[in-house]
Amino acid sequence: MAGISRDDVANLARLARIDMTPAELDHLASELGVILNAVARVQEVAGQNVPPTSHPLPLQNVYRKDEVVPSLTPEAALSAAPASEAQRFKVPKILGEEA
Amino acid sequence: MIIKRNAADMAAALANGETTSVALTQAHLDRIAEVDKDVHAFLYVDTEGALAQAALADQKRAAGKKLSPLAGIPLALKDVMVQKGIPTTCGSKMLEGWRPPYDSTVVSKLRAADVVILGKTNMDEFAMGSSTENSAYGPTHNPWDLSRIPGGSGGGSSASLAAFEAPLAIGTDTGGSIRQPAAVTGTVGVKPTYGGVSRYGLVAFSSSLDQAGPCGRTVLDTALLHETIAGHDPKDSTSINATVPAIVIAAKNGNVKGLKIGVIKELQGEGYQAGVLNRFNESLELLAGLGAEIIEVSCSYFEYALAAYYLIAPSECSSNLARFDAMRYGIRVGDKSGVSAEEVMNLTREVGFGREVKRRIILGTYALSSGYYDAYYGSAQKVRTLIKQDFDNAFTKTDVLVSPTAPTTAFKIGEKADDPIAMYLNDIATIPVNMAGICGMSLPSGLADEDNLPAGFQIMAPAMKDDRLYNVGAALESALLSKWGAPILSHVSGLGARA
Amino acid sequence: MSLKYEDVIAKYEPVLGLEVHVELGTASKMFCGCNTIFGAEPNTQTCPVCLGLPGALPVVNEKAIEYTIMIGLALNCSIAPFSRFARKNYFYPDMPKNFQTSQYDEPICVNGFLDVEIDSNEGIKKFRVEVERVHMEEDTGKSLHVGGATGRIHGADYSLLDYNRAGIPLVEIVTKIVPGTGKYAPEVARAYVAELRDILRSLNVSDVKMEQGSLRCDANVSLRLIGSDVLGTRSETKNVNSLRSVERAVRGEMIRHAELLNKGERVVQETRHFQEDTGLTRSGRSKEQAEDYRYFPEPDLVPIVPDATWIETMRAALPEKPSIHRKRLQEAWAVPDKEMASMINADVLEIVEATVILGADPTKARGWWLGEIARIANEKEVAATDLPITPKDVAEIVALVATGDLTDKLARQVIEAVIAGEGRPSEVIEKRGIKVVSDDGALMAAIKKAISTQPDVAEKVRGGNVPAAGALIGAVMKETKGQADAAKVRELLLKHLGQ
Repeated sequence: MAGISRDDVANLARLARIDMTPAELDHLASELGVILNAVARVQEVAGQNVPPTSHPLPLQNVYRKDEVVPSLTPEAALSAAPASEAQRFKVPKILGEEA
Repeated sequence: MIIKRNAADMAAALANGETTSVALTQAHLDRIAEVDKDVHAFLYVDTEGALAQAALADQKRAAGKKLSPLAGIPLALKDVMVQKGIPTTCGSKMLEGWRPPYDSTVVSKLRAADVVILGKTNMDEFAMGSSTENSAYGPTHNPWDLSRIPGGSGGGSSASLAAFEAPLAIGTDTGGSIRQPAAVTGTVGVKPTYGGVSRYGLVAFSSSLDQAGPCGRTVLDTALLHETIAGHDPKDSTSINATVPAIVIAAKNGNVKGLKIGVIKELQGEGYQAGVLNRFNESLELLAGLGAEIIEVSCSYFEYALAAYYLIAPSECSSNLARFDAMRYGIRVGDKSGVSAEEVMNLTREVGFGREVKRRIILGTYALSSGYYDAYYGSAQKVRTLIKQDFDNAFTKTDVLVSPTAPTTAFKIGEKADDPIAMYLNDIATIPVNMAGICGMSLPSGLADEDNLPAGFQIMAPAMKDDRLYNVGAALESALLSKWGAPILSHVSGLGARA
Repeated sequence: MSLKYEDVIAKYEPVLGLEVHVELGTASKMFCGCNTIFGAEPNTQTCPVCLGLPGALPVVNEKAIEYTIMIGLALNCSIAPFSRFARKNYFYPDMPKNFQTSQYDEPICVNGFLDVEIDSNEGIKKFRVEVERVHMEEDTGKSLHVGGATGRIHGADYSLLDYNRAGIPLVEIVTKIVPGTGKYAPEVARAYVAELRDILRSLNVSDVKMEQGSLRCDANVSLRLIGSDVLGTRSETKNVNSLRSVERAVRGEMIRHAELLNKGERVVQETRHFQEDTGLTRSGRSKEQAEDYRYFPEPDLVPIVPDATWIETMRAALPEKPSIHRKRLQEAWAVPDKEMASMINADVLEIVEATVILGADPTKARGWWLGEIARIANEKEVAATDLPITPKDVAEIVALVATGDLTDKLARQVIEAVIAGEGRPSEVIEKRGIKVVSDDGALMAAIKKAISTQPDVAEKVRGGNVPAAGALIGAVMKETKGQADAAKVRELLLKHLGQ
């Protein structure tokens, strides 16, 4: 079982959008190493011939009719917004690529 | 004292005019005011709302309206279940001050049944934990011994029952969060069959494992609540569209004669406290005495359940908790001129989430990431198949399966806080039920010899056979009560002057 | 000094790949019952589900599945007997859950194709574009960037989010790489998108308005040296909002890639944004590190296992393919190839057909839509089909001309007035008092007046100089404010002057 490095954790924290101090990264790297060692044993019995179960019930084809139901009022929709303007959620400038 | 009665007895008292829902609700509010500073079961008490609901229930009764069996009975709601206009934090700083603009289906059903919602109960942050120590708002204390944990994640709900702050409570169970708290507080809790109770409005931790369920002080009370909240919900695609089993009837029957009860070999022995095992074995003897056939069964893949759970649940949670990003609701940290949305997300999630939540998000992010998916998440899903097969095989030979609910009684607050793996082991006996989507109950089996603290007895039944839990649970409860002479919670002492 | 296109194709072979996103025209969203009206007031079409509020759960819109299967069938795809939704995890403020519910390794339709034709100097050329997959997902919200110079994301002070579009059903249609188009790559890309759009329109599953974003195209382009079988690095161009832009974007990227390759530089694999004004693309990349989407099966939704009978019913009900339909129209209307091509290029075929269905003569209907109406559309820089004049209006005008109630000249006035919003043709005619002066008496009076003011001209005509009559006819037309039928005036005038 390979360990997990501090850089690995930093990359995971980036993917998960969580700021972490160097001390936190170190701490988590060692903790995750231990946990991963413990959970990696699932691989012992996960053979090629075992189908995965992603859902406990054998349900399928659950649909709703294409019918419009009332939406929230914009006031209710925006009621919890940390900031709003012009009936829209106001957020800090977005760095990512343009959609 | 009315607050010490069972919900079914309270309902009878309301029906025969001995008391009113307003009086009953006020009595509970008084009790909360008296003891909750010590127990800290509640994060929010909705005094006004509860009394208004109670008054409405009384009015309907006075008008001769047909009422549900639990009309006018107070209840404590785990803070992971949204209720319109009422603060819902999930025990997290992230959602401090959030008042949802909608009701969960469970809340809608409770309202329709005129159940009085007293307030929101404390929990491990986003339901991740086994001790309620992970709440951002401080731990809940076990009414049996305030220096001990009340179990988790639904420690607030179970503690509120044991402290007589509420006769009924709603919990949610992803890996044992209803059953383990029930076990360590001497109360009853049921994880219904996955899909048996709607998840709409239950803030998701691990979608394929989460299940809301009833908590009570007796098997019958729990059954009455279960029947109130169960049933198909078109708003939850994973909700089962079938008739709810006759739960209350089963809870009133309690007959195990000729029933085959399987004892799971792998869920006892090493790691289990002797006193817990003693109570478990005594309960088995009682059941045998009532005419049940006790069989030992083996579920060899259960030893992998914990590992698989700690991959699946974190993976799903890493995705479910992504929405807490400070853009639309919840707290926002670091929003000042020149700071980007991305940075605000990073800062808010750093501050808003507690240690355990972050640990699991990072673990789940790892397990799903490219290059590791097959080895971790994929393998865990295969283990899930194997556990299901173990249960299927065991149920060909038995009607129900049993085990101790948790390996130990309530431990001290702080005792396992720095050892995640030791903490995770609390759920070793409850997790397989969630993995397979079947149903399980915990009820008190007595006090452990070592510490005089409650031990839990777990019953497991196949999917949609929830009635079997209540049948066996009622039989055992009745036999234990005859043996003890008084309900186990009569031993809770030292809480509040009037208790 | 940019490279010439001829030089690019002399050296390189383009490899195309096209991803088209289509917003389905369902009444409600993909996973909730919110309305889908384009251009509604911000945040008026949102609910707990599409806002990603904690606890909310998705339920699939059956119509969206039906539309997707119809699209798959029309594109000659196999319909998967089992498919699932998956979560695509990444953070972006316009995506409320910070994961997109999409499909990953189990899409609903796979392995189809679409045949397209382009009209080249070498005659009609046919290409087969293979379709890799058709899958379902949900749209994101819209952000408005405030501050900074251009309203663009870069340099903005903050952003405002409207989630009305979030959760609208999207279908993504992905082609396999399309090799072998040679110099025709830009035209093939355009023809593919045009043909796809016509198919979607004929299926009535989307309003396919590129300018409103209900049909969006991402064009992947790479170059390889002619004769080489090593694929080059591709770029993915987004924001291509018209058929013309598809062609320009592909051509522009081919030139850009070739310039880089000729200089010995590397093409970077990245997303680029098409600039409508310059016809160039701009790098949209802002992150150095690659995203890892951590796809996993969506646990809140259950698999799609479409019934074979349902699929066959849909297959049987598929409308005529646009290509076949066009051929049929061309024959029925006896339109020459070139004229047919003009209608297709001007995108008026469908509206001409609608006009013909309402009784108009095909040649006349085509004449108006490609003539006067197209002229006004050009002036206003909009599509003819977006002008406020309907096939019914045009059919009415054609009929009035046929009966002699309008002259062509008057008809043009009516069309202008209808487009100016003065009402339907009958209302315009009524309000403006437009009518053909066909009363012989009134015409004769005007003729005599013209002769009396221009006796010299009248004399010439009497003397056999018939072409000179033009001046007199002009005077009559002026006198009758253009409401006379010029042919009739000519006939009466010549007769009166003995010719």
